[in-house]
Amino acid sequence: MAAYNVDKIREDFQILNVKVHGKPLVYLDNAATSQKPKQVIDAEKEYYETINSNIHRGVHKLSEDASAGYEEAHEKVADFIGAKEFEEIIFTRNATESLNLLAYSLCNSLKEGDEILITQAEHHANFVPWQQLAKQKRLKLKFAKVNLDSKDKENFGTLDVSQFNELVTSKTKIVSVTQMGNVLGTTNDVREIGRIVHENNPSALFIVDGAQSVAHSKIDVKKLDCDFLTFSGHKMLAPTGIGVLYGKKNLLEQMRPFMYGGDMIRKVTFDDTSYNDLPWKFEAGTPNIAGGITLGTAIDYLLKVGMENIFAHEQELTEYALKRLAEFDDVTIYGPSKIDNNKNNENKILNDRTGIISFNIDKIHAHDVASIFDQHGIAIRGGHHCAMPLMGLLDVAGTARISFYLYNKKEEVDKAIDAIEHVKKIFA
Amino acid sequence: MEFFAEDMYRENIMDHFKNPRNHGVVENPDIGFADNNPLCGDEIGITVKLNKDKNEKPTIAEIKFNGKGCAISQASASMLTEQVVGMRLEDVKKMKTDEVIKNLGIPLQPIRVKCAILGFKVLEAGIFLYEGKKVSGK
Repeated sequence: MAAYNVDKIREDFQILNVKVHGKPLVYLDNAATSQKPKQVIDAEKEYYETINSNIHRGVHKLSEDASAGYEEAHEKVADFIGAKEFEEIIFTRNATESLNLLAYSLCNSLKEGDEILITQAEHHANFVPWQQLAKQKRLKLKFAKVNLDSKDKENFGTLDVSQFNELVTSKTKIVSVTQMGNVLGTTNDVREIGRIVHENNPSALFIVDGAQSVAHSKIDVKKLDCDFLTFSGHKMLAPTGIGVLYGKKNLLEQMRPFMYGGDMIRKVTFDDTSYNDLPWKFEAGTPNIAGGITLGTAIDYLLKVGMENIFAHEQELTEYALKRLAEFDDVTIYGPSKIDNNKNNENKILNDRTGIISFNIDKIHAHDVASIFDQHGIAIRGGHHCAMPLMGLLDVAGTARISFYLYNKKEEVDKAIDAIEHVKKIFA
Repeated sequence: MEFFAEDMYRENIMDHFKNPRNHGVVENPDIGFADNNPLCGDEIGITVKLNKDKNEKPTIAEIKFNGKGCAISQASASMLTEQVVGMRLEDVKKMKTDEVIKNLGIPLQPIRVKCAILGFKVLEAGIFLYEGKKVSGK
């Protein structure tokens, strides 16, 4: 493996040359959205300048090219996550829409008393759809507990998967768990959870929210044995407005469409409608064609750098950041205090802490921290991170959050540390 | 625009944050209201005792605030209480959010404006509620 050349990668991201308040941008808000390389931006431009047209309709060259490009993008995504075929890949707007699609489409098979199981640390996108569905259909929503024992610093924020043995019952119909928490930075062992779910109740469906994980690590849905995987393009170098739902073909075939309209139909009469083949059955209306095609370009880029290399680079940054943050007595980290290099997983991502680091400085509000970071040109997130129930359990209004991606450098961690010193000085 | 953290977190802002004026709850308040800013989780509660002389329009005799949140929300509420004490309610209602922000005298990122005007919005809603009650009580 050639040495990881972060400076070379940075050359592809024009935005990293932007000055913020007169200082070079330090972008550490990647868990919110990633920046886009010029290859992706160029591909978007090229699409509109050379083949822009509507897909699956026009009997003309442009439409053929656009349709082929859009279908090829589905294939690229399928290969990227180890899906068997492109029919299992549905393009949506984002991970949120993918999860809502599931909630709407699966709701017909649920009846009063059925159980849905999620964890305490889910993003609102993997929380509110199930909560509201449970209210409407009188289902029971259960929560797997996250370790929030502040004395257990090394394991803070981790999910003990053995509890799923008890939690998954014959009444459990849906289990939906994030693979990489957007607050705590922990990765959950979703492979083991999937095994337990399917062993305890073969009719239960297992959904993995991959909004954070797919962007940063090699995912193989066959090995995970998940029934569905949801993620967003914009967190993995693609433009906003394109997301993915992966589903096992036999399940998708049984499910009702989520939206009705053009492109999702086979035949419409005054009396009835039959639906198109997968994946189009779930892609009603003119989709984000350019977004789909450029998601393919983003995947090409990620594969060229190598997902294992990206993960290793981010782990190195995370380890360094945790070491530097530990220099402060008054900085609380909401997540495991260490990367666990001793775990011998075949795929490390299944149980470790990653490059999403939530923290607070003393009792200073996260927005004050983020505002002062901003004055340094450093973009971080401050707030509840769309995980208000978890914030309640942590007993904080919000946290500051640093999150890395393939283009970040150690020097940027040092700048963040300087900014923390500055926050402390102002609030001293 | 280039500005510095020291401009936003100026000495007087930090002074109001660390030593809030009129902090607490007034006894037997005429006006009481609380609200939060869902984005940040800032919370401000304001209680007011009015001076209700027969032939005069009501003025703010005493005002206190409590709450928790970022430095900007708490300091601006503290500064607001100093500014409006003694004012007629009708003049408080005439105040514009722009003035409230201007009175802080600091550059604010657009997203932080909500923090800065939370105290004022709470007071305004409290007055509205008070007057609504009076109207319905007639």
